[in-house]
Amino acid sequence: MWFFNAEEKELQNVCRAFAKDIIAPSAAKHDEEETFNLNAFKQMGELGLLGITADPEYGGSGLGATAATIVMEEFGKVCASTTLSYLAHSILCVNNIDKNASKEQKQKYLPKLISGEHVGCMGMSEPEFGSDAVGMQTKATLKGEQYQINGNKMWITNAQFSEVVFLYTRTGKNKKDLSSFIVEKGTPGFSVSKEIHKMGMRASPTGELSFENAMVPKENLVGKEGDSVIHMMKNLELERITISGISLGIAQACVDQCIKYCGERKQFGKNLAHFQMMQKMVAEMASETEMMRHFLYSICKEYDQGNKDNVTASMVKLQLPKMATKIALDAIQLHGGYGYSREFPVERYLRDAKLMEIGAGTNEVMILIIAKNLLQEALR
Amino acid sequence: MDQELKETVKKYCLDKIEPFLEEDDEQSRFRFEIFKGLGDLGLTGMTLPSEYGGLDMKYSSLCHVLEELAGCSVPYAVTLSVSLMVQAILNEFGDENQKKTYLPKLISGEEIGAFALSESHSGSDASALKTTAKKVSGGYQLNGTKMWITSAGVAKTYIVMARTGEEGSKGISAFIVRDGMEGFEYGKAEKKMGWKTSPTRELIFKNCFVPEENLLLSPGQGFKVAMSALDKGRITIASIAVGVAQRALDESLKYSLEREQFSQSIFNFQGLQFMLADMSTEVEASRLLTHKACEYFDQGKPNQKMASMAKLKATDTAMKVTTDAVQILGGVGYTKEYPVERYMRDAKVLQIVEGTNQIQRVVIARQLKKEAQL
Repeated sequence: MWFFNAEEKELQNVCRAFAKDIIAPSAAKHDEEETFNLNAFKQMGELGLLGITADPEYGGSGLGATAATIVMEEFGKVCASTTLSYLAHSILCVNNIDKNASKEQKQKYLPKLISGEHVGCMGMSEPEFGSDAVGMQTKATLKGEQYQINGNKMWITNAQFSEVVFLYTRTGKNKKDLSSFIVEKGTPGFSVSKEIHKMGMRASPTGELSFENAMVPKENLVGKEGDSVIHMMKNLELERITISGISLGIAQACVDQCIKYCGERKQFGKNLAHFQMMQKMVAEMASETEMMRHFLYSICKEYDQGNKDNVTASMVKLQLPKMATKIALDAIQLHGGYGYSREFPVERYLRDAKLMEIGAGTNEVMILIIAKNLLQEALR
Repeated sequence: MDQELKETVKKYCLDKIEPFLEEDDEQSRFRFEIFKGLGDLGLTGMTLPSEYGGLDMKYSSLCHVLEELAGCSVPYAVTLSVSLMVQAILNEFGDENQKKTYLPKLISGEEIGAFALSESHSGSDASALKTTAKKVSGGYQLNGTKMWITSAGVAKTYIVMARTGEEGSKGISAFIVRDGMEGFEYGKAEKKMGWKTSPTRELIFKNCFVPEENLLLSPGQGFKVAMSALDKGRITIASIAVGVAQRALDESLKYSLEREQFSQSIFNFQGLQFMLADMSTEVEASRLLTHKACEYFDQGKPNQKMASMAKLKATDTAMKVTTDAVQILGGVGYTKEYPVERYMRDAKVLQIVEGTNQIQRVVIARQLKKEAQL
């Protein structure tokens, strides 16, 4: 991108090489076996990527949305599910602690999370509260010096590997009486109750967190009681923007693979590139990807200049995932029977792409947010 | 009659197939007894003449059955439709001896039939196939590899297209090859995104001797045989697409009425209602087009364009509707705990098999031109 600075261009090169050498070779295997690429994760720590947006005082890189999205795109090109786990760790957990926790809490948790010694996750959704996250029922009650926590958290990326959970709970009757905690693995009463088997994103472990009279020390409360909504709001735009980088990565990977295949595959005596139908598919998918890239990174730059905007961030999160699914479907179609088999990566791209329309706020929720904001006046 | 038949299939699906689906999808396992059970119901030879044990039924009835069956399992519906296609070929082009030898067991469901046309370098460009059949004393010697063969390994009777003469479509002949023939082996099992309970493998021929009496028609007539199969194949694939789309719609509707968010059923949201309305409209349009194509076929009218249109429309619909179903079910839709992600994976290849949807457009356009020039 013409507006990337030198640092961002360098980061792009580093991530591209890392993705190619370290993540790509085993991406299909981890998908097939539903295993987490812990080795790659640890090495991301060595590169300083795990705390990409975090304060350098705790080992972070102190970079912004553009940088984080570059990582998502480059990693997303080779393995979306490893990237999703990376995002759950570095954005949903590390960035959340960095932006909301106290100095003591940061000192205690960030260095190990950023070095890669620990994996982190965030606990928000519940079995009965997905899109309606603020309706959550996992309850935290103060009992002397500790909070007693009860409830279940569903769809938790990295659940099985996490040492640290950034957890949202209910502490009062009003809808927004929500409080955040940092919960450590090994806390009595806290367990990962279920592994969830998925259509795609299979190298990214998903689990259910279960709290049965789990006792968490008072000093692990982040901010004060009732602060969760502020915590959520503070990172919302960043989460929606950066996660969309994964969709961009998938779309670009599809385009690249289709171009390659059009030059290799011959039917009716010439390679596929000669057929107008194939030309149309490639031209359309490449134009859309390019358009979305410019949209996404220009919103990143706005964000980094201090112009946070919930509406455009939601537009990004609506349009990029939709595009990626569509392009991945076309990529399989262009590959024909081979596209449907595991010999080529495009069927994995599709299975991974679909999740992006559901996770971190479904398309429908994005539509709701955009419409409510745009129609604010008219709705009164 | 069709209603009664549909009820029978529905019950069989619910009792005998549905309980195994998730596990078998995960482990890519095909159960012959399920297929055999379809045979016991008379379905495995339903469109074949009664003199060989069939039910003499129309393709319209078959399409109802496939629709119902695919609403439960696309892979078993595909196994059935391919086996019936093989029988249709034998019935139409086979001599009396060939019919008597192979049809009864296929019709009863004791055996499965498979059809082998594609190769690694000839998919859409089918007539470029390279597998050779060399004339030798008393028969032919086959060499080459067939790819993407549905039911390979579990089928006993294969219709194999091989080259006996010149390049292009005129040098192709059709052979009946039996499981276990010397020089005939199965290659690797394809790992696929969906259709996992239906085995897809290569057929490998190494100096495989096939006796003279296993040649269908005369040398060079193979491509005609293959093309005749496609018209039938397209309407059956369209029916399967309608079936899986309808099921995805049913599951979406059920879930949207049950699931509550923001203290109300998610169905209450207009965004969802519109999605469901669109899905339902697409499914119904696809169904009508498919039934129309079946009707044309049964009445012996030229149906190439209709069959291609039905295949194109119904499979595109199946893809869209199953993808939307995953969206409506949200997080759970993406997991293996609900069947919709499987429907989505199974739907995709419907746009690829029996002529990719690109090829359908080529066929439709060609017919349009012909009609305009009449």
